[in-house]
Amino acid sequence: MEVKPFEAIVREHGAVVLRVCRAVLGPDDAEDAWSETFLAALRAYPELQAGANVQAWLVTIAKRKAIDVHRSAARRPVLVPELPEPGSDGGRSTETPGPGDHDGLWAALRTLPQRQREALAYHHLAGLPFAEVAVLLGSTEAAVRRSAADGMKKLRTMDGEDLR
Amino acid sequence: MSLPVDTVPDAGLSSALAAGEEQALARLQARLAAGAEQRDLLDVAYTVIDSPVGDLLLAATPAGLVRVGFGIEGHDAVLEQLAARISPRILAAPERLAAPVRQLKEYFAGTRQRFDLPLDFRLATGFRRTVVEHLSDIGYGATASYAALAALAGNPGAVRAAGTACARNPLPVVVPCHRVVRSDGKIGNYLGGSDAKRTLLQMEAAA
Repeated sequence: MEVKPFEAIVREHGAVVLRVCRAVLGPDDAEDAWSETFLAALRAYPELQAGANVQAWLVTIAKRKAIDVHRSAARRPVLVPELPEPGSDGGRSTETPGPGDHDGLWAALRTLPQRQREALAYHHLAGLPFAEVAVLLGSTEAAVRRSAADGMKKLRTMDGEDLR
Repeated sequence: MSLPVDTVPDAGLSSALAAGEEQALARLQARLAAGAEQRDLLDVAYTVIDSPVGDLLLAATPAGLVRVGFGIEGHDAVLEQLAARISPRILAAPERLAAPVRQLKEYFAGTRQRFDLPLDFRLATGFRRTVVEHLSDIGYGATASYAALAALAGNPGAVRAAGTACARNPLPVVVPCHRVVRSDGKIGNYLGGSDAKRTLLQMEAAA
């Protein structure tokens, strides 16, 4: 049987998992969640069944890690996010945009209820069918479908430019 | 409510969340490699360097350098072999390869004649391993015949087996199977191709 080196898994799925973590947690906590997800996945990888859906497996781990990161973030004092000085590049290269260039999107996502953000992330970003999102969130297919739709609608109203 | 929610994954949302992603992923991959090393989860670390004999893949277990792969073998194929034979917990993690990279660069620059590195011979077993372990008895700039190598390995009759062991040496360049040539003067086969073997022999002869 052919076993892929874990590096190939990271290259193939790293971007999607990062987008999911960003949508659920915002750009800062997303990186901690991504790291914890891939460390846990690396640990368990040799036991992963042949033919398993790797992306769904990673998203399931990411969901668990997002909860951990969210909990530990909730215990930290609330920090006002740093805004770059007007006219500066905020410490980033001017050529490659950072998440800060989509402040509107983050602000919009932050206003969504957790459930809507999760439904959006797992369905629209990770591509899980609603039935699987429902299992992941301990909900029903109809409910997560509605959450995703409501969330998407709100995002489009608040931040149409980024989502066109 | 008729919302366009059936596009999966949503292209607009995906691209908006992908901003700055390449830099973030590069940073995260380095962080993953460091975290994996720290937690003893990195069974095989690898990196790729360029050299006069083409791109070389260098892979190490915690015990030492375990594989040197030539470009013509296909690095992806080599990594898949390592996944199957050692462990799929494999990451690009150049830090563990720092000493082999430095010594190989010195070797190719002509300033190093012997490698002083921990080596993990687990990919060569039995008589093949005995042969591979004796390859380093052949000094820099020298050559030996397959028959002489078989004798060095303690089995003068096993000339063919010695040849096979050289052909499958998991640590070429570092463990000098390129110094074994045919007794009729022909250069003989080499995992990295006969041009690579000739390049190494000429380089050593000129030093």
